[in-house]
Amino acid sequence: MSTGAKPSKYKDDAAREERLREIRREAETLGKVSQQGIRPGRAPFLQASPEQGYYGLPALKAPPWKQEIPAYLFVGGAAGAAAVIGCAAGLLSPSDREMIRDARWLAAIGGAISPALLIADLGMPSRFLNMLRVFKLQSPMSVGSWTLVAFSSTAAAAAFATSFRNGGGSLQFVENAAGALSGLFGLGLATYTGVLVGATAIPVWYENVRILPIHFAASGVGAAVSMLELKGHASSPSLNALGIASSLAETLIGISVEANKKPALVPLKRGKSGWVTRLGGLLSGPLPLVLRLIAGSSGTRRSIQLRRVAAASMVAGSFLTRQGWVQAGRASASDPSIPLELPATRSLTTNT
Amino acid sequence: MTTTAFLTDSTLCIGCKACEVACKEWNQVPADGFDWRGLSYDNTAALGHSTWRHVQFVEGDPQPAHGGNSPDLLSWAFLSDVCKHCENAGCLEACPTGSIVRTEFGGVYVQADVCNGCGYCVVSCPFGVIERNEQDGRAFKCTFCYDRQKAGLHPACATACPTESIKFGEIEELRREAAMRVSQLRAQGFEDVHLYDPKDSSVGGVHALSITRGDPKSYNLPPHPEVPTIRLNMGWKSVGIAAGLMVAGTLLAFLGGRNVNGRTDEHRSQALEI
Repeated sequence: MSTGAKPSKYKDDAAREERLREIRREAETLGKVSQQGIRPGRAPFLQASPEQGYYGLPALKAPPWKQEIPAYLFVGGAAGAAAVIGCAAGLLSPSDREMIRDARWLAAIGGAISPALLIADLGMPSRFLNMLRVFKLQSPMSVGSWTLVAFSSTAAAAAFATSFRNGGGSLQFVENAAGALSGLFGLGLATYTGVLVGATAIPVWYENVRILPIHFAASGVGAAVSMLELKGHASSPSLNALGIASSLAETLIGISVEANKKPALVPLKRGKSGWVTRLGGLLSGPLPLVLRLIAGSSGTRRSIQLRRVAAASMVAGSFLTRQGWVQAGRASASDPSIPLELPATRSLTTNT
Repeated sequence: MTTTAFLTDSTLCIGCKACEVACKEWNQVPADGFDWRGLSYDNTAALGHSTWRHVQFVEGDPQPAHGGNSPDLLSWAFLSDVCKHCENAGCLEACPTGSIVRTEFGGVYVQADVCNGCGYCVVSCPFGVIERNEQDGRAFKCTFCYDRQKAGLHPACATACPTESIKFGEIEELRREAAMRVSQLRAQGFEDVHLYDPKDSSVGGVHALSITRGDPKSYNLPPHPEVPTIRLNMGWKSVGIAAGLMVAGTLLAFLGGRNVNGRTDEHRSQALEI
């Protein structure tokens, strides 16, 4: 709760006193105070008013989530998309066993890390099974927990069956069934997180509830494709096409967010959360798109190297994008101007 | 069972904080510490996991007869803020464990023995009330003294209030009483009194009504609170679109990949030679 004092840039009391003397001299001789961080006496200060709310204090509570949640959004999104890729590859390119196997293992590993991250963030990790006490359609967190359980188990089954089957037999059936199911649940896992953060009381999130599932899906597909490319499938034209599609989608979403001038979207553009979101957008949208277009569809070493750079950029971008959105949620919750519908001029209130 | 409610009247509140103390004593809520905010005489700042009643100090311009004997003194309005116990409660809808329930008295109650501290209720409350206690791990807020109500008692805060600023009773009776009180105050010349009960929003009204002096915004009460579930349809529709795009995209990519597969194999061998 306590905010704590900012570390002063003045090294000792004498330096501080000297600064105060300068300010007094300026005030006496010039009748004004130009230095920053000064509120001269009798100036307006934070008040409880229809213009500033209750002393500019937040009207909402910030998300209490720690680093695990943005990390989960990244891992879960990539894992879900990897299962979908594995499913499509199994259906249309069954001869590429290595790609199918790697996609399914990516899904399975992500499906194992995701619940660990979520449980680590719980206030009471020992009670994680309470998530499965009920199934509530109106709670995206409940729907997501059940989706994740279904995804993790089917993705693990698909991965093991793909690795250990020899020819046909019952494991082939397990591979096909579990692969199809993990692809289905993967679609949910890669997209539901958009509703999870979108259907909340946090302005920057709910204003984007329509765009978030598509944004997170594109980010997840981009990350999964890129991880597979970095694993050694950088010459696959299918993955490259998906990489182009997802980075194009991320570019378009980035443009639409930047073009949206609603004040609720400010945390996506300004402050620390703005920097992180924009950097994430650049690394997962325009940069890999341009790199992939330059690389072309040829299989030369140069073009494969370019694609690998694009892939690395996309993975980092997807991670930062999730970080940025969670940080933007925190910044949004601390600003009372949207929920209280305060007038735009709030120069006196502190902004994080 | 009757649906019960609070009516908190800022025109009667003297800012004594007896409600905060009574709440903490009865519910054994931990201390908040001693943070000096430097904003007003209120150093508690907001409702939270350890603050279930919070007396707000709204300081206004000096007004004769409000704030003291000197014309230089600020006018003061106090309001004891509390969980609104919404008709459509965001926290209750969002809770994935079913820990948050609606009691037979119409209150919104967190079952502490079920909560696993996921924090989703925290971001789903349009009033910024419920909060996770990072030491304990679980989320806490006003229980509406469910235990006392079950035993036929009034909540601790309403019992302790020395000026009857906090009234407790049947909700429709209190709504009538609130309307009467507002018209009475207006007749006495208090033009700026408001009843805060957002019935026309998706929250559908609250079980903790407030009469405020001045704009409810000054008390951090949102003019149009919305329960987050109203955005579920939009969100899930987008999930459908996103999933469709993912299916179409991956299928097209691998269908296209199959057609150029022969070419790719050549490229692959070329790449290996280089």
